[in-house]
Amino acid sequence: MTMLHTLSISELSARLARKELSSVELTRFFLSRIERLSPALNALITVTAEQALQGAQAADRRRAAGENGPLLGIPLIHKDIFCTDGVRTSCGSRMLDNFIAPYDATVVARLKAAGAVMLAKANMDEFAMGSSNETSYYGPVKNPWNTAKVPGGSSGGSAAATAARLTPFATGTDTGGSIRQPAALTGVTGVKPTYGRVSRYGMIAFASSLDQAGVFARSAADAAMVLQVMAGFDPKDSTSVETPVPDYSATLDEPLKGLKIGLLREFFDGLEPHNAALIQDALKVYRALGATTQEVSLPHLPLSVPTYYVVAPAECSSNLSRFDGVRFGHRCEAPKDLMDLYKRSRGEGFGAEVKRRIMTGTYVLSAGYFDAYYLKAQKVRRLITDDFRAAFGQVDLLIGPTTPTPAFDIGAKIDDPVTMYLNDIYTIGANLAGLPGLSLPCGFVDELPMGLQLIGPHFSEAKLLNAAHRFQTATDWHRHTPRGYE
Amino acid sequence: MLTLILRELPRIFTNPMTLTRQDVEKIAHLARLSITADEMPVYVTSLSSIINFVDELSKVPTQDVQPMAHPLEGQRQRLRADVVSESDARDKYQGNAPAVQAGLYVVPRVIE
Repeated sequence: MTMLHTLSISELSARLARKELSSVELTRFFLSRIERLSPALNALITVTAEQALQGAQAADRRRAAGENGPLLGIPLIHKDIFCTDGVRTSCGSRMLDNFIAPYDATVVARLKAAGAVMLAKANMDEFAMGSSNETSYYGPVKNPWNTAKVPGGSSGGSAAATAARLTPFATGTDTGGSIRQPAALTGVTGVKPTYGRVSRYGMIAFASSLDQAGVFARSAADAAMVLQVMAGFDPKDSTSVETPVPDYSATLDEPLKGLKIGLLREFFDGLEPHNAALIQDALKVYRALGATTQEVSLPHLPLSVPTYYVVAPAECSSNLSRFDGVRFGHRCEAPKDLMDLYKRSRGEGFGAEVKRRIMTGTYVLSAGYFDAYYLKAQKVRRLITDDFRAAFGQVDLLIGPTTPTPAFDIGAKIDDPVTMYLNDIYTIGANLAGLPGLSLPCGFVDELPMGLQLIGPHFSEAKLLNAAHRFQTATDWHRHTPRGYE
Repeated sequence: MLTLILRELPRIFTNPMTLTRQDVEKIAHLARLSITADEMPVYVTSLSSIINFVDELSKVPTQDVQPMAHPLEGQRQRLRADVVSESDARDKYQGNAPAVQAGLYVVPRVIE
């Protein structure tokens, strides 16, 4: 009983199937772990203990009636960006501190239909804007490997909770790296699917052409089980794609013989020696598994950060204009007139980074600047995307580090936005091109985890999960647990 | 790649694109955001540094390149039949409203 947090999702599912364990017992176990260990990490905004026990009872009833799906009765944590019916959905912001979502996001509904049990809503950078989980209205999240360090962001709470074994898995979102980067900094496996693979209905929008929902788990095999339920066409999302969802678990063990892996030359320029050594070790593992490696170049890739910091703020300035103090969210006291209502509600409700990005977006879309900035960025976006397409003509997957460094100190970068933005240097390209990406643990630097990133062509999630799983059968980085959370 | 970008940074800052306080006030007004007098200098500095950083894009040759709005090339906006598919849940949705009266959202007077 005491070791339930060390088991994989399939092991937990097997125990539930054999009736060695009920979902209620499993849920109580994780709720008690959360009560004991979460406060020190500040990983969670809302713990939904009562609803979790009701969900667990419902799962046990379904099992008694003969059901046996892989996620039936398995607990989870949702990033607080997903609307959850009847439960506060804050998006890490004062603007939505009082917002009780009146419906479930499709991601939430699908996992609920599969019988997964929601334990809590995870802390996150405000409106998903950040790379360190320091912009949250609810305070920073601490990295369980070293609580003076950030867990990464914006899905910092989901990553920290998964790394601390407070939940078997957690949902996240990735617009510029917000699943892959925190997965790397906390030593867990994080998957960002292809744009359009997972429904964005009910997922509070940041940048509509970049946002994608995904999963944190402690192995690619676990992530595959969750992605299976999350992925698929949703008529309620105009950008949802009808491409059929393959059986991700069925191909996890396929041999990698003949797999052509591309090393991005631009990723390796200026890489720190420790980081470079870990990546070289990972490449040795892949060659031993039968893959071949070759260098490829994406010459426009260094432009991905400035491109993103035009496109994403532009889209966010539009998406966040709905927060106006009229129908929901924060409203200022005693507004004098409509303009005062808008300005003060928004000025008070949004934190500094959000306001910075709204204003950057407003500027690049404004009359006289639209062509020079936004249109220009959209053209460079195409150049970057074309570079990826050309690379995938020569190789099957791209490999490189997920982050330039391991986790940095809380407070170290928060005052300089551009320094913070450069943390996303390796992840942003995949968002601009809409490609699937995955980060898996590949070692430690200064006792802090580092991640290996795999990027594939559109809808190659099965291949990414297969490559990650095979690496995880040959190594055990993903089994390491932070001290105090074993 | 980090070295590539860091190598470029000094060149960007020798020819800085600085926003003025008036620029930021105008942007804040367009964005309907109240910025206090104390906060203003910080935003002027940080917004200038961001715009400076993204100005790098102006050096990229993009003649004859089509802008890319999103990654789903060839995807068309799906339409659905014009039939009612939702039920009235106004009271539930208005549960989050700051001020409601007779099913309407209350705001400061707009029309004199």
